Amino acid sequence: MADLNLPPNSKVQTGKTVAAADGATRKKRLKIYRWDPDSGENPRVDTYEIDLGKCGPMVLDAIIYIKNELDPTLTFRRSCREGICGSCAMNIDGKNTLACTKAIDDVKNDVAIYPLPHMPVLKDLVPDLNHFYAQYASIKPWLQAESAPPPDRERLQSKEDRDKLDGLYECILCACCSTSCPSYWWNGDRYLGPAALLQAYRWLVDSRDEATGERLDALEDPFRLYRCHTIMNCANTCPKGLNPAKAIAEIKKMMIDRTV
Amino acid sequence: MAIQRPISPHISIYRWELTMVMSIVHRATGGALAASMVLVTWWLAAVATGGSYYESARQFLASGLGQLLLLAWSFALFYHLCNGIRHLVWDSGRGFAPATARQSGIIVIVCALVLTVIQAYLMLGGAS
Repeated sequence: MADLNLPPNSKVQTGKTVAAADGATRKKRLKIYRWDPDSGENPRVDTYEIDLGKCGPMVLDAIIYIKNELDPTLTFRRSCREGICGSCAMNIDGKNTLACTKAIDDVKNDVAIYPLPHMPVLKDLVPDLNHFYAQYASIKPWLQAESAPPPDRERLQSKEDRDKLDGLYECILCACCSTSCPSYWWNGDRYLGPAALLQAYRWLVDSRDEATGERLDALEDPFRLYRCHTIMNCANTCPKGLNPAKAIAEIKKMMIDRTV
Repeated sequence: MAIQRPISPHISIYRWELTMVMSIVHRATGGALAASMVLVTWWLAAVATGGSYYESARQFLASGLGQLLLLAWSFALFYHLCNGIRHLVWDSGRGFAPATARQSGIIVIVCALVLTVIQAYLMLGGAS
């Protein structure tokens, strides 16, 4: 059952405010979720005022600026700063996206930044993704084939078969989609979520894979697959422009196709 | 002692999108329609009983509250019906582009409202 309220230890309080240095011309305020596991206190939202003239254009630039200049305790994941690693996935201005590809100027008011929604928090903007990764592993994201590969070359695919992987292989597993999904919020313990299901479909449509039947068997479950109610948050939020909702619908079609 | 990790905020901070609102309204209208079966059953029982019992049931449904309930349930029915057709199209694997899903949502809302207005017009005796 959906629990709309946060547990008592997760209720968010108002934190401190750090003002911009004197002489700042283009001020912008960032309201950032903070939680320190060592403090024993509830999470809070701290407000940082920054000078846009002193940092780069993206939200990631802003939080790196804060960490370097205003508050070294601010904790977040980041790596590639170009939208390919998926590390800096977070909730910015109410929507999940990558901080490195989200322009500060796209947010009209104060920039509210939270960790990916409905996840256990390790610290500040860093969520615990262990369960998410375990779900990805559970769909066996590798090529399964009984037949021996040709001795002199790799397993080949027609251009048409290769085209079926477009819109699927680009997924970077940033978890934006799964943590945007209300179904995943309420049933994430058993529902695989859009990211793992898009990956499952990526292997289901791969012409070289020979475990289609077993893969479908593993998904034939009231929770793992069928908690998708086409809410569409996943497709609306994917920072790579992919469509997990469509991939899930295609899996459901495959389920029907094999029974009729 | 194991650390009690907080759960990050979710529904309270997530920006509502049309498709998200329409999904929860679909469920709410479904629940309302299930509840309306109580009224339908009561009305059928009143028809079967007849006489003064039926007359009191008829009076309730003709009252302001009764009419309001029927109107609300009419909207719930039309919304659930139209959105159900939208779900059928989705089940065929079509209409998943975010812009398309938004447009089909607007079409559903407009159709449900138009059908409700027509229904209200007929219910209030506009056709007679």
